[in-house]
Amino acid sequence: MLERMKEIIAEQLSAQADTITLTTSFKEDLGADSLDLFELVMALEDEYSVEIPSEDLEKLTTVGEVINYLKEKGVE
Amino acid sequence: MLKGKVALVTGASRGIGREIAISLAKEGAFVAVNYNGSKEKADEVVKQIQTQGGSAKAYQCNVSDFEATANLISELVKEHKRIDILINNAGITKDNLLMKMKEEEFDEVININLKGAFNCIRHISRQMLKQKGGKIINISSVSGILGNAGQANYCSSKAGVIGLTKATARELGSRKITVNAVAPGFIDTEMTQVLSESVKESAVSQIPLGRFGQGKEVADLVCFLASDKADYITGQVISVDGGMAM
Repeated sequence: MLERMKEIIAEQLSAQADTITLTTSFKEDLGADSLDLFELVMALEDEYSVEIPSEDLEKLTTVGEVINYLKEKGVE
Repeated sequence: MLKGKVALVTGASRGIGREIAISLAKEGAFVAVNYNGSKEKADEVVKQIQTQGGSAKAYQCNVSDFEATANLISELVKEHKRIDILINNAGITKDNLLMKMKEEEFDEVININLKGAFNCIRHISRQMLKQKGGKIINISSVSGILGNAGQANYCSSKAGVIGLTKATARELGSRKITVNAVAPGFIDTEMTQVLSESVKESAVSQIPLGRFGQGKEVADLVCFLASDKADYITGQVISVDGGMAM
C-alpha cells in the first residue's frame, strides 16, 4: 500500500515520492496546509473507496498513521 | 461566455433567481433550477430556457435542510460530473417591526437566506476543491448594507451573507474558487410588488437613478462574475441598486 500511497501523496502535495516514508509528517515535512490535507483525504477516499469523516482528519498527521487508519477500515 | 459550465441557482423559480437562471443558460451554461414549493413555476423556467435553445432541469430542495442540500449536490455531481457555478439566491422576507417579530419569523428568514447559502457552499466546496476552481455568487441585499426598518431578520441574514462571502473567499481562494456577493437594491419582483405605493415612492426618492431595477440588470452582473472574465475578483460585495448605497 505504501508505494501507491507515495504516488498519491506526491501528486497531491507536489512532493518527491522517494523522500516519503512511514514517518513523514504531512504538515511538518511536506508543508501541507489544512486544505491540502482535505484534498489528500478526498483523493484517498476515491482511491480506496472509503469514507473518511472530517473529525478523523486531525488524527492523520503522518503517512504511517494514514496506512494504519485505512487498514483498520478494512483496506488491504 | 459560459459554454460547458454547470450552474446551480437556488430559488430560481421566481424573481431575480429566475432571471439569473435564464441569463446563465443564455450564455451557454447548463442550469439546475432549484425550487422549494413552486414546482410549476420552476418547470416554466426550464421550459423557457429550453425554448431558447438552452439546457436546464428543475430540482426540488429546501436549502435550509442540511441533508437535503447534500443530496441535491451529490445528485448534480453524479449527473454532470462537475459544478462550476453556485448562485445562492433563495431568499424570503417575513417583515415585521422588531418589537412584534416572532422568534419563528426571525429563524425562518435566517435559515433560508443565510444557513441555506452556508449549506450549499458547505456541500459544493468539496466538488469545487476537486476541480480546483469554481465561482460562488451569493445574493445579498442593499438592506444588509444600509439596514431597513421592519426587516431586522432580513437585514441580519443579508449582512450575514456578506460575512459568509468574505470568510469563504479567504478559505477557498488558494484553489481558484472565487466568492462574491451581489447586493441588489429595489428590484421589480414579486417581493417588492407587495409594497404599498407610498413605500415604493419613498424608496424611489432614495435612489439616485430614480427607478426600481430589473431582474435582468442583476443577472447581467451575476453572469459576468460567473465567467472567466471575473477570475481576479473575489470577496467583494457589488451593489446593483441605482446608487442607493454608496
